Amino acid sequence: MNIGLTLFGQSLVFLIFVAFCMKYIWPALKSAMSERQRTIAQGLVAAAEAERKLGEAESGAAEERAKARAEAAQIVDQARQQASQMIEDAKSSARLEGARLLEAAQAEIDQEVNRARESLRRQVATLAVAGAERVLEERIDPSAHARLLERLAAEL
Amino acid sequence: MASADHPTSAEYIKHHLTNLTYGQHPDGSWGFAHSAEQAAEMGFMSIHVDSMAWSIGLGLVFLAVFRRAASRATAGVPGGLQNFVEVIVEFIDDTTASIFNHKNDLIAPLALTIFVWVFLMNLMDLVPVDWVPELAKLAGIEYMKIVPSTDPNITMAMALSVFALIIYYSIKCKGVGGFLAELSLHPFPSKLMIPINFVLEFVTLIAKPLSLGLRLFGNLYAGEMIFILIALMFSSGLLIAMAGGVLHFAWAAFHLMVITLQAFIFAVLTVVYLAQAHDAEEH
Repeated sequence: MNIGLTLFGQSLVFLIFVAFCMKYIWPALKSAMSERQRTIAQGLVAAAEAERKLGEAESGAAEERAKARAEAAQIVDQARQQASQMIEDAKSSARLEGARLLEAAQAEIDQEVNRARESLRRQVATLAVAGAERVLEERIDPSAHARLLERLAAEL
Repeated sequence: MASADHPTSAEYIKHHLTNLTYGQHPDGSWGFAHSAEQAAEMGFMSIHVDSMAWSIGLGLVFLAVFRRAASRATAGVPGGLQNFVEVIVEFIDDTTASIFNHKNDLIAPLALTIFVWVFLMNLMDLVPVDWVPELAKLAGIEYMKIVPSTDPNITMAMALSVFALIIYYSIKCKGVGGFLAELSLHPFPSKLMIPINFVLEFVTLIAKPLSLGLRLFGNLYAGEMIFILIALMFSSGLLIAMAGGVLHFAWAAFHLMVITLQAFIFAVLTVVYLAQAHDAEEH
């Protein structure tokens, strides 16, 4: 409890410790802390900036998407129109072709019929002439006539 | 001295309140005091070896821990130790910045040193009062007070060092004339009142280191005394010893608050006094 030299000892130690703290402890810690504070502040600013940019990019992307969707719809529409147009065209051209083919076939059939008729007509004339010749050769033999006629008929 | 094995209560308390003192005996020779009476006879030419050793040791613990953190301090992600140290540094820095508005690189480290060092010294109060003295006795050391802040030499030394800084910065910031004017032209701004002003202001000035040092000493000494009285209960039967255990826990829990608060008060008042020393007052 007595006041003594401890007073001076402690004062000396106190001043030395404070000086040490002031020189070797406080500045290093303080500078590290304030530097981190700066870094964090910068980081926050950068983050805010990035967020802003992200928002911008997102709205831009949405715009682009909407545009692309509209374009795609338009293209599909056009394609559909074109397709139905092509179907219509194909239908009508097929119809025309069919009609043309039908007509050609009809004409060919008509030609064939005419040709057959002509040849028949020629053959009938020949047959008539041949028949007449036979009739004139046999004259009045009824049985012969009959035979002849039967043969003629068979030849027809 | 009564028998060392079975001391009376009074002897027990007295033993716990005696510092390990090295000094000049009245016959002129130097040596350790072997009793409180011998220590008292030494007068001023004595040094409390235990107080100094624990105080320096604890201060070195503080400096080593903080120096380690400081040398590894990184602006990147801080580790555990750095986090812990930075919390304290930040706390002191904020407190100092809110009180002290001048530019002085000494103030914050000073406050940090005082706060942590005084806290560590006070913390020794929570070590059960018999542990270290008994160990010391085994090692052949008669007295061992492990709480430096219960030694008025220690607290007054720090308070007087702060007082020296107050005087230094008062004169540095205001000049000798300004400092004397502050002491003598206040609170009554009249030439006739200078003596009265001077008495009033001088008392105020002297009260600063006295209150600073004695407040810490008083609080810690009282706390230590109560721990010693509680410790006396441990040797007085099972029931009283158990009650003592409960009391010890309760007082330690309460004291934990006291020691932190006293360390903080010492640091803050130091900053306040030095801020006043820097403030050039208007007349």
